[in-house]
Amino acid sequence: MTQTFDILVIGAGPAGVAAATAAAEGGLRVGVVDDNPSTGGQIWRRGAASPAAARRWMEQFESAAITRLMGWQVIDCLRLGPDGGVLRAEGNTPGGEAADLHFRRLILATGARERFLPFPGWTLPNVMGAGGLDAMVRGGLPIEAKRVVVAGTGPLLLAVAAHLKERGAQVMAICEQASPAQMAPLGWALLRQPSKLRQGMGYRWTTRKTPYLTRCWPLAALAESSVGESDGQNSQPRLRSVRLQREGRQWTVECDYLACGFHLIPNTELAALLGCAMRDGFIVTDEQMQTSMPGVWCAGEPTSIGGVECSLLEGQIAGLAAAGKTGAALALSKRRAGMQAFVEALERACRLDPRLRDLAAEETIVCRCEDVRMAALRGRSDGRDAKLHTRCGMGPCQGRICGGATEFLFGWRAGQVRPPLYPALVSSLMEEEAAGSVAGGAEYAVSEGIENV
Amino acid sequence: MTGHADVIVIGAGIVGSACARACAAQGLKTLVLDAAGVGGGATAAGMGHIVVMDDSPAQLALTRRSQQLWEGISAELPADVEFERRGTLWVAVDEEEMHEVRRKQAVYAAAGVRTEVLDARAVAGAEPELRPGLAGALLAPADAVLYPPAAAAWLLQQAVSLGAERLGPQRVAAAARGEVRMEDGSKLCARWIVNACGVGATQLLPELPIRKRRGHLVITDRYPGFVHHQLVELGYLKSAHAVADESAAFNVQPRQTGQILIGSSREFGAEDTEINRSLLAAMLRRAEIYLPRIGRLRAIRAWTGFRAATPDKLPLIGPWPEDGSLMLATGHEGLGITTSLATGELVAAEITGIRPGIAAEPYLPARFLNGSPAASEQLLFGEAAYD
Ligand SMILES: Cc1cc2nc3c(=O)[nH]c(=O)nc-3n(C[C@H](O)[C@H](O)[C@H](O)COP(=O)(O)OP(=O)(O)OC[C@H]3O[C@@H](n4cnc5c(N)ncnc54)[C@H](O)[C@@H]3O)c2cc1C
Ligand SMILES: Cc1cc2nc3c(=O)[nH]c(=O)nc-3n(C[C@H](O)[C@H](O)[C@H](O)COP(=O)(O)OP(=O)(O)OC[C@H]3O[C@@H](n4cnc5c(N)ncnc54)[C@H](O)[C@@H]3O)c2cc1C
Repeated sequence: MTQTFDILVIGAGPAGVAAATAAAEGGLRVGVVDDNPSTGGQIWRRGAASPAAARRWMEQFESAAITRLMGWQVIDCLRLGPDGGVLRAEGNTPGGEAADLHFRRLILATGARERFLPFPGWTLPNVMGAGGLDAMVRGGLPIEAKRVVVAGTGPLLLAVAAHLKERGAQVMAICEQASPAQMAPLGWALLRQPSKLRQGMGYRWTTRKTPYLTRCWPLAALAESSVGESDGQNSQPRLRSVRLQREGRQWTVECDYLACGFHLIPNTELAALLGCAMRDGFIVTDEQMQTSMPGVWCAGEPTSIGGVECSLLEGQIAGLAAAGKTGAALALSKRRAGMQAFVEALERACRLDPRLRDLAAEETIVCRCEDVRMAALRGRSDGRDAKLHTRCGMGPCQGRICGGATEFLFGWRAGQVRPPLYPALVSSLMEEEAAGSVAGGAEYAVSEGIENV
Repeated sequence: MTGHADVIVIGAGIVGSACARACAAQGLKTLVLDAAGVGGGATAAGMGHIVVMDDSPAQLALTRRSQQLWEGISAELPADVEFERRGTLWVAVDEEEMHEVRRKQAVYAAAGVRTEVLDARAVAGAEPELRPGLAGALLAPADAVLYPPAAAAWLLQQAVSLGAERLGPQRVAAAARGEVRMEDGSKLCARWIVNACGVGATQLLPELPIRKRRGHLVITDRYPGFVHHQLVELGYLKSAHAVADESAAFNVQPRQTGQILIGSSREFGAEDTEINRSLLAAMLRRAEIYLPRIGRLRAIRAWTGFRAATPDKLPLIGPWPEDGSLMLATGHEGLGITTSLATGELVAAEITGIRPGIAAEPYLPARFLNGSPAASEQLLFGEAAYD
């Protein structure tokens, strides 16, 4: 399959939705690709409990003339030049069809993923990502009357705890690794963003009976000592409790789920493959959200972790700029500058306590794909050496999960990004680029609407 | 570390590691250094097929000797080397290639290598995923598969336990007349310097007739039992010979992990490690001709590596006539994992004066000094040399 767009947006989270909507206003051919079957990204997916603002955005997006390619994963960039390029995507269907998506301009809105840190027991069933558990509950996982401990760092913990509480869960504790002093600037920044502040206070009101413990983290997730014979079906150990630590004190809390999230890691793999310049792990953009690669814009988490409002604004800027509406884009980018204080405060609040490096025991698994344990990783000179000699990061996730941990534990940086970006059918890599018309073809009558930027 | 060593091995790829082990085993005071970790160069990119090849009598002798040496240490190899005697199936598509199968069998037999000719039925039985209608195959049961970086690390660790010393990551800026100068300016001296820098050898000795020949590989997720042997098309030889441009051949290997490693391509003139999409696609389509269902497997990573190619397709092993302290161990093209062990043996024998297991002459670098190196390179790399 081949499809041709004036503007192609990767990711249908808030940033992508805003970008596509803004770009589509001028009648350009806009497409949005997301590997998830539904739109909305990590936060708006499945619609439930969306704030009014989200609904407004989604309505505009749904009613705009935008081609939505949901359930398609971008696996490679076949070509990129100043006049456009071609991405290859694979459908999440059993048949695994491949499609070549031709574009003149590209907007990356690939979002972020949670950072996991290894500690004894973190690989037990029912120990999961905070956002991950949240999404599963939205997807129908029964959580009523279940005991949940939420641990990690960042505002996400509070949001997840509040949502689980609303769904009837018994949230036993919210463990925030940061210190109150570290989080203070975030409070100040929030005062300048009333909507965020109201949202945060709402979360706290919902979870008011749950202890919110700063400088607190899980030491270990503990398994059921004997496996219930009555269910007789599996011998896999189950989560029973979590051992927590705060200052000098340690105690154990019984629970059914442990939801962990040690902040977010931007999804920059596609941008890296395209050759976009990065700084400190984030994509560098100009004030109109254009990356170092001409014709490629980036919005949302890959540029900085700043929450939904920031992502929406960046999405709009990128969408307008890519559509050639420079004036409108520049006008909005002034507002973005005002959000920087929040971004910086959030970064500071979520900085990980170095003592978290000591959580993993020698036998704790760090790389789940390949079962690589902590002991095997100690003393390796760098990430590549560790990968070659221990298989850490060699599995299907290509270090997307363990990379966030090894970066924090050892300071290792991710290696070279290569196609396929995600595990892909061999057949999807077999085909020559499907013919399409990129720059300057007669088919591009509609594209004349794009002014030169 | 200061003082005077007998041997400094530059490069801790599989070849340098094997040289260090062989030298240390002879009681030579040996130092090993590398710009990075052990086995991070071409050794980290190679397939790890331990294979006897009969491109020329010299190649047959070197690969055969090496395979015997691998066989000899196979029981000692730790689990992470993933040594498995998978055997090679040289797949023949038609009668013409069956002719080649029988010729190959005769050559191997003369060298003492046992092989078995499989007819169409037997091939289908041995590898049910191969497409129907193949003519047959030659099975070389003693060929093996291993994980090269772990093999290099083990060889180096053996060297260290035999008394060799490994120095921290250091890039060598110059090596001549018994002196090795690091990029940071520090120096080391030795009676012998072994240049085992793979394709990097020319940085220290620009006149070496070595060119980079890029290759692509793709690894899949785990599909235990999809194939059982290393599967290679007989046309592979045509690809290995085609020096002029890009080529891709069917070369598929089962890993101990259950993963399938798909190769391989050959390409001159490429300097970066990027993926050449159309060559990768051609390589995978080639594999699909033989394994029609390979397209349904999931690929998790693709990468490239550089082979150090010489004009006559034989490595450079032995003294460099222009400098009495320099010993070369490079130019192994697509066979350095296999031939590392015999290379180590030849280098140690040259240094100590003992008799090596095979004749050293065909691999001596002096063979390129009869005329001007540039001239021979022109002649031998050029299309004229292609037969
Ligand atoms: C689990 C989780 C929960 C969060 N909860 C909150 C919250 O309650 N409040 C808050 O303020 N912020 C929250 N955030 C942060 C919030 O999501 C972001 O601020 C905002 O959603 C950023 O939007 P985005 O579009 O950049 O990213 P996302 O919403 O993550 O969307 C990116 C989309 O792109 C897709 N994608 C990525 N790469 C590819 C590819 N190669 N091919 C195809 N598709 C691709 C992803 O599947 C995803 O759907 C949360 C973040 C996460 C990860
Ligand atoms: C795609 C592909 C498939 C292959 N498949 C096979 C196969 O199946 N079987 C087989 O036998 N062979 C195979 N090969 C060939 C094999 O990988 C190589 O021949 C072999 O790895 C060469 O080893 P080496 O030690 O000479 O080089 P390298 O592994 O490259 O080691 C050289 C070392 O020298 C170091 N170095 C370089 N310059 C300096 C300097 N100035 N200072 C300090 N250190 C330096 C480097 O860091 C490096 O570690 C394959 C190769 C490729 C590319």
